[in-house]
Amino acid sequence: MVPVATFRNIAIGQYIPGESMLHRLDPRTKIAVTLLLVVGLFFIDSYLGYGLAALYIALAVLNSGIPARFLFRGLKPVIIIILLTFALNSFLTEGEIIWQWGFLSLTKEGLYKGGLLAVRLILLIVGTSILTLTTSPLALTDGLESLLRPGRRVGIPAHELAMMMTIALRFIPTLLEETEKIMKAQMARGADFESGNLLQRAKSLLPLLVPLFVSAFRRADELAIAMEARCYRGGEGRTKLKQLAFRPADFFVLAGSGVFIVWLALVA
Amino acid sequence: MPIEIKDLTHIYNPGTPLARTAIRNINLTIEDGEIVAIIGHTGSGKSTLVQHLNGLLKPTSGTVKVDGVDINQKGVDLRTIRWKVGLVFQYPEHQLFEETVWDDVAFGPRNMRLSDEEVRARVERALAAVDIDPALANRSPFELSGGEKRRVAIAGVLAMEPSVLVLDEPTAGLDPRGRQDMLRQIQRLQEERHLTVVFVSHNMAEVGALADRLVVMERGEIVMEGPPKAVFAERDRLEAIGLGVPEMTALMAKLREMGWDVPVSVLTVDEAEKAIMAVLRREARVGTRGDL
Repeated sequence: MVPVATFRNIAIGQYIPGESMLHRLDPRTKIAVTLLLVVGLFFIDSYLGYGLAALYIALAVLNSGIPARFLFRGLKPVIIIILLTFALNSFLTEGEIIWQWGFLSLTKEGLYKGGLLAVRLILLIVGTSILTLTTSPLALTDGLESLLRPGRRVGIPAHELAMMMTIALRFIPTLLEETEKIMKAQMARGADFESGNLLQRAKSLLPLLVPLFVSAFRRADELAIAMEARCYRGGEGRTKLKQLAFRPADFFVLAGSGVFIVWLALVA
Repeated sequence: MPIEIKDLTHIYNPGTPLARTAIRNINLTIEDGEIVAIIGHTGSGKSTLVQHLNGLLKPTSGTVKVDGVDINQKGVDLRTIRWKVGLVFQYPEHQLFEETVWDDVAFGPRNMRLSDEEVRARVERALAAVDIDPALANRSPFELSGGEKRRVAIAGVLAMEPSVLVLDEPTAGLDPRGRQDMLRQIQRLQEERHLTVVFVSHNMAEVGALADRLVVMERGEIVMEGPPKAVFAERDRLEAIGLGVPEMTALMAKLREMGWDVPVSVLTVDEAEKAIMAVLRREARVGTRGDL
């Protein structure tokens, strides 16, 4: 039967609490540096450049104190894509052939290019997961809201987007718990969620999905009323309990990383 | 069809930092035709325990035997155990999903692959057993009142015609009238169908009125067990673990403290009235009055 209780194990987001300098940085700083790093990584096209970028990322990881296995966990789902990218580039790039088997020819230029792309992908993933590993989902949405605020003039609903993200994150564990309860209630009536062909299985999900949707809509309704009862009326003039604070450390990290990444992208 | 529980321990998320022992070393046998009430605080392990009765949860250690069959044994068809031990969860919203009440109640019997006639007969019997007007059968279950939803949910389990009915807080959230009706129905089901009933409750008066045996749980263990009157006689122990006794039992205890010669094993208002009247009559005869 279905190991229903496993729903409890799912960790939401991948935030790992800590007290490092990286953890304490303003989320806006971390978002900005991460964006810069992502763009920068696309400009670098030498192994030396990637070596330096890897060094920079390694320093950040060391500072954060996050065990390496959490970083590799993020790589696991994309390992196939990385390998495929490497293989396709190695074999399909024209140049000096160093090994041939049938129509497949491995070229020196291909190896070089494939390797670069693979390293780029790995650095991209590790670099961005540092952001989500050291920033709580709430701080992340707060930072995003603050960064998007200037966009309100051109019609970007910064506060509303952030509020939607916050609510969605808040309700993921609730809905998982609810799913577990509904599955159990239906299994108690002999429901079978695992056997049968695709069509039968899709049909067997109905007794799970209907109560889940009904309850999600009810919760949404209740939440809306509860928010209105507390006079919620959007982001206008709203203050925050936790103010984002841009400290000297943020300035140094932003300036230092900014200069370094731009230099790396243009020179290396 | 007895249920025997031996040395049952259940740990959620074993082997992870989130590991939590929900129940430990539970030994309990539920005999045929009994009404057993499981009482205890939120988080005392009541729900975890009842979910072992039909194999929704598997023991981390220990055994649960339903009609002599170990639910943890390889090759045991848990679905057949679930048809014998019908479990109704607290919130009917977790199981109602069909377009009509009738179809929803038929969900269980259809999963049993019964013939259409048999399904129809069982749905009709189940709806009648919980006093749902046949006129409601074609309505959507989402249009019903809270009490009706709960009764339809119970009918959905009764339609599988289990020999053991397990109810997780069947009266929570109902108004006093709804509570009364629910309790009467549970009692009637037990009498008419000779069901074994296991139910979880917070309400001392209702377990006192209904159950043959109480099982008191605290922090995952059974701390007291016995007939209601015997359990309620140990008022201090119950209060020490944050549970009370029925109001009338408490009233009798107060009266005794004040020098009235009333029995402590009183559960209902009727019994309390009789006990008080007996004392008053006795005193009228003797010509003294208790001092109120």
